[in-house]
Order: sequence, then structure tokens, then C-alpha cells
Amino acid sequence: MAFAAIGSNSTQTEQVPRRRSKVAIILLLPGLAYLALFFLTPLVSLVMTSLQTPVEFGDVGQYQAAFQIENYAIVVGAYWPHFLRAFGYALAATFFALVISYPLAYFIGVKARRWPLLQALMLTLVIAPFFISFLLRTLAWKQLMSDDSGLVSALKTLTILPADGHLTGTAFSVIFGLTYNFLPFMTLPIYTTLERLDTRYLEAGADLYASPFTTFWRVTVPLSMPGVVSGTLLTFIPASGDYINASASFLGSAQTQMVGNVIESQFISLLNYPQASALSVLLMGLILLIVALYVKRSGTEDLL
Amino acid sequence: MAQSDFAEAGADLELVGITKRFPGFTAIDELDLLIPAGSFFALLGPSGCGKTTTLRLVAGLEEPTSGRILIGGKDVTGTKSFKRPVNTVFQSYALFPHMSVLENVAFGLRRRGISDAAGKAHEALRLVELDHLAARKPQQLSGGQQQRVALARAVVNRPALLLLDEPLGALDLKLRRQMQLELKSIQSEVGLTFLHVTHDQEEAMTMADTVAVMNKGRIEQMGAPEELYELPKTAFVANFLGQSNLFTGDVTSSEKASIIVDVGGVKIEVPTSRAQRHTGEVTIGVRPEKLMLYTSAPTATPGVNVLGPGRVTDVSFSGVSTQYLVAVPGLGVITVFAQNMEFGPVAHIGEEIWMSWKVEHGFGLADEPGIVPRFSADTDTATIATQRRHQLLAEIEEG
Repeated sequence: MAFAAIGSNSTQTEQVPRRRSKVAIILLLPGLAYLALFFLTPLVSLVMTSLQTPVEFGDVGQYQAAFQIENYAIVVGAYWPHFLRAFGYALAATFFALVISYPLAYFIGVKARRWPLLQALMLTLVIAPFFISFLLRTLAWKQLMSDDSGLVSALKTLTILPADGHLTGTAFSVIFGLTYNFLPFMTLPIYTTLERLDTRYLEAGADLYASPFTTFWRVTVPLSMPGVVSGTLLTFIPASGDYINASASFLGSAQTQMVGNVIESQFISLLNYPQASALSVLLMGLILLIVALYVKRSGTEDLL
Repeated sequence: MAQSDFAEAGADLELVGITKRFPGFTAIDELDLLIPAGSFFALLGPSGCGKTTTLRLVAGLEEPTSGRILIGGKDVTGTKSFKRPVNTVFQSYALFPHMSVLENVAFGLRRRGISDAAGKAHEALRLVELDHLAARKPQQLSGGQQQRVALARAVVNRPALLLLDEPLGALDLKLRRQMQLELKSIQSEVGLTFLHVTHDQEEAMTMADTVAVMNKGRIEQMGAPEELYELPKTAFVANFLGQSNLFTGDVTSSEKASIIVDVGGVKIEVPTSRAQRHTGEVTIGVRPEKLMLYTSAPTATPGVNVLGPGRVTDVSFSGVSTQYLVAVPGLGVITVFAQNMEFGPVAHIGEEIWMSWKVEHGFGLADEPGIVPRFSADTDTATIATQRRHQLLAEIEEG
């Protein structure tokens, strides 16, 4: 599956092409044209927009080309808490998704090997939520966690939640929503690596005086690192740019706004295109930086 | 158990009434076995005879259905695998791919908290002459080198008992010979108890002090390699360990020194002491290399059995010796190995020849009459399990 390939296929990229062939270039052409048209052009346009300045005495939403680098300083000054919140929530969601996914993937990929039917069924269940729209599922959770829901009244009766407490609109519900929505992206890559795990290594571990816990820590976990790295990336990257879960119409509130929500409102409601673009460019740059550091740290390149 | 100590010497291994059943098939049936400390013991048998299962039971990777396992007099039947003073060289090597060769070898030492694990690992790698590759990953080594790393990884722990699961199976002939000698010298150097599982009879005979031939979950015969070879007690051993010419016939006279067996009208003499059964229908045999070939009828001499005339049906040259197949009326096809003392074969296809062997080279088997002495096909465990299941299903349907 393609999930395990991200961040771990360095052996393939290191291969030097033997010969420049015209056929290869022709075959690459549609893809390159697509990238140029739909990725490079918008990116350049985004960077240019981020440097625009308002037209003097113009209408709301009218901007002209400029080189106003202050836009970046303004958005950082105004919205740094949203950046922090975005990365904090995304990190928490990635952590919880990993804690939930690893045992699940281990069960499907290793323990359920003897029952292929159960394995297939459980994999289907992991993917099944994708058959329903992301928005609908998030709205359903909003219903389940709303103030007049059974869950909230039960929590209040148990005094886990104070009498005037809410579930929706809190950091809890946003992280919960992010974790829930990105769970399959964590489970599937880990499953693909664990599914290939040779259990003879575990026997060798037991034979060499390692307790089941030590064997898991020293053998299973390192061997499944490629899956863990791709899973965390596939969860962290979209979660830090997410604007659905944290929005007040879904699981969030004004206090839980992430940078994605700011970009959305700047673009759509406030029509402040330069600031929205500056925020987007910053978010992209920061994610790239974090991911680059993470992949370098995790050292997955010598696992394969 | 003092896990942090090296075993000073090998320990006895004792299996008491071990039975292991898998659904629909019994892999090991009431096995009793005592392997004395410091010996090199080989379990020899075809695939599916239960030898690997025996090894996995000793390592703690399988649980016996019934019976007890004692290592150094201590009952370890209920002890978890990682707490047993046992190390295994796996058939697949099972070297950890994410660790360097050195880390692989030091793994067991580190788990037991032994000081200077890296130093001891280097020492073990020097023993198998691979210290210069300590920093490599296992995938960067050849099959033979990986095998030696697997050996070092097990030996470095100085286990009371070292288990070898066909570790030389993947090697080519030359490397296998070299590794056999190396293993043997390591065993005598460190004085551990080795339990070696193999289906290669030559490997078992060259390396082990004691060989146990296993068949269908039971030990057929056990002893020193020469003893097993020269005096097999069952048709299975006679045919699995080398080749044998077997004849079945009735005992016509039984005396103190020897018995006479009538095989299709030919009288064959076998020493009484080398025959397991002395009356009724018996199976007797002789090894092909014990036979002498004659191009004319030899004069009858006391103490020599003569067969012939027969016709040579096949001659195959194998360097050191030549194998002749001789069809003798009433006796079937007899195999003869003759040393190539001359250039070229001494007899050709279609020629009429006679054979003789000394009476003291014959042996009599313990098999019940009526059981066809056939060497069972070399099938793997899974196939056997499937066959048994089909048999069971057929029986259930009939009943």
C-alpha cells in the first residue's frame, strides 16, 4: 500500500537513472504539466498575494501588487496563538491516534493472521467511516457531545463534568474530533508494516532472554517505525491545517480557533487576501520545517 | 536461576514422556530422551518426523501436550522461553534486520545485564572470524556469514544447552563442511551441550557423538554414529542412514553363533548377536559397500555369504566409488558400492556377476514381519498434517 511509502522510500530515490530516455520524459509530461498548472502557479500566486497592499480609497477586497513584507509581521503578531494552538492540537491528536492505532494495527496485522476473514473485516471497519462524508461524521459527533445529549448529562451526573460545563467548543472536543477523523491515516500505514513483521524475530527475542515487553520495545517497535513515521505524518500534516473540527459550527468555539480557521475567515468573510495568503505561506513553511526535522530525527532511512 | 551468570559447563537435557499434539496430528509421541552434559547430540529424521517440534519444545517456543522437560535436573516445562538457559540457532537465522551484527550478538548479553557486552560480542565474532564485519547490517552479509553471526549470537551467551535447527541447510556443500568443522571445534572448546536437529545423515554422523534417528514422533534408534550405521535395528534406520540391501525370509536354523535365513531359496547366514529376531520371518540386510563383486562364481568359503549369478542393470560412476545395481532372480535388485581401485568399472551392464560378503557384516532387523520396510517419503510437516486430517475425515465419514 502507498501509505507506508511516505518518508521511507529513500532507497528508491537514491538510485541513479541509468540513461535519460525520451519515453520517460514524455510519460512524465502530463504529470509535470499538471503540477505546473495546479500546484506551482497557485503557489506563486499565493506568495505574490501575500505581499499585496490595499488599493488606496478602493473597495473592500481590492488589492494591488506590492512588496509589503510587513504583512508577515502583522499576521505573526496577531495570530501566533492560533499557530501554537494548531500545532498543539495536531500534536495531541497525533499522539492519541498513535496510542489508539498501534494496538489496533498490531491486533489486525499480527494477532489476527490466523483468521484472514477477521483481518479483512476489521480492515474494512477501519476504512468504513470514509463512506460517509467527513462533515456529516463531525456533525454527528457535535450532536453526540451537545449540551442536551445523554453523554453530557451522564458526565454531569457522575460529576466528571461541572454542572455548567460543555463538551463541544472545548479543546477536548476539537482534539477528539481531529483524532477521530485522522485515525485511519494512522492505522493503515502501521498495519502495513506490522502485517509484514516476521514473527520469527519475536521468537529469536524470546530465545535471547528478552521478555515479551522488551521484545516488543526492542524488536517490534523499531521494525514498525516506517509505518509509525508515515502514520504520524499523514495525521499531523492535515490535522495542523484543519479548519472543520475547530470551527464554531462543528466541535470548536471562538476559543479553540486554529490557524486554518483564521485563514478561512480572512479569505472568505474578511476578504483580506494578503493576510490570508501570508498565513497560508507561513503555515506551509512551518509544517515543512517540522516534518523535515522529524524525518531526520526518526532516522527511518536505514530501516529499509 | 542466576541468569546473569555464564553456564560453567553444559547441562543435561531430559525429556520425560513428552507428547505434542497439533489439531489432527501427533507430532511427538511419548518421547523419552536423556542427553548427557557436554555431548553433541543429533536428532536425525525426515521432514515431519517431529525433530523441529522437539527442539521448539526444549526452547520453550511450543508447549508440550503432556510430559516434562528438565535442563540440568531442573524442571523447566512451565518456564517461559526467555527464562530458559537455552539458545537457538534458527534455521532462518532470524537476525534482527534493524541492528548491526555487533548489536545482534550483544542482544542476549544486554538483556541479562552482563558487563562488557560489546567486548564479549566482539570476542564471539572473532571466534566465527567475522569481527571485521561487526558494524554491518545482517542483510549486507552472505548466507554463510549470516549463519555464523547467528551461531555467534547464540554461543556468546554460553547457554547450558545450545539448540541448532538445521542451521547449515541453506549453505552450499563446501561451506557446510567448513561450518561443520567449525561447530565441532566450538563445541569442544566451550564444552556446551549441543542439540542439533538435521535431516542430513552425513552431517549428523560427522558431527555428533550420539545420533538419534527419529521417525513419526518416536526415536527409532539411538547411539554412536558408527554403531547406528553398522548395526541398524530397523528398516527405517537401515535406509535413512545410508543405504542397505534388505532381504526377508524364514529362519531355517538358529545356532549359537549364527542364524540361517532362507531368502527365495538362497541361504544367508547372519551372526546371532547382530540379529534382533531369531525365529520366524525376519528381515536381514547388508550395506552395499560390504559386497565384493566377482565375474566368475567364487568358491564357497565358510563365513562368507555368496549371491549370484545376477545381471548388472545399472552402473553409475561417482568418483571415489562406482554403484552397481544387480538383479538377482528371487532376490530383487541389489546395490553394490565398489571402490574405484582400477580405472573404469569392473563390470558392465548386462554382464553376469556374483557377490559375496563376510557373515559378520550382515545384520538382522527388529521389524515385525509383514511391515513393508519402506522408507517414508520426505514430506514436510504441513503436508503430513493435511494427509492425517484427510484420513481422519475419511474415518469419521465411514463410521
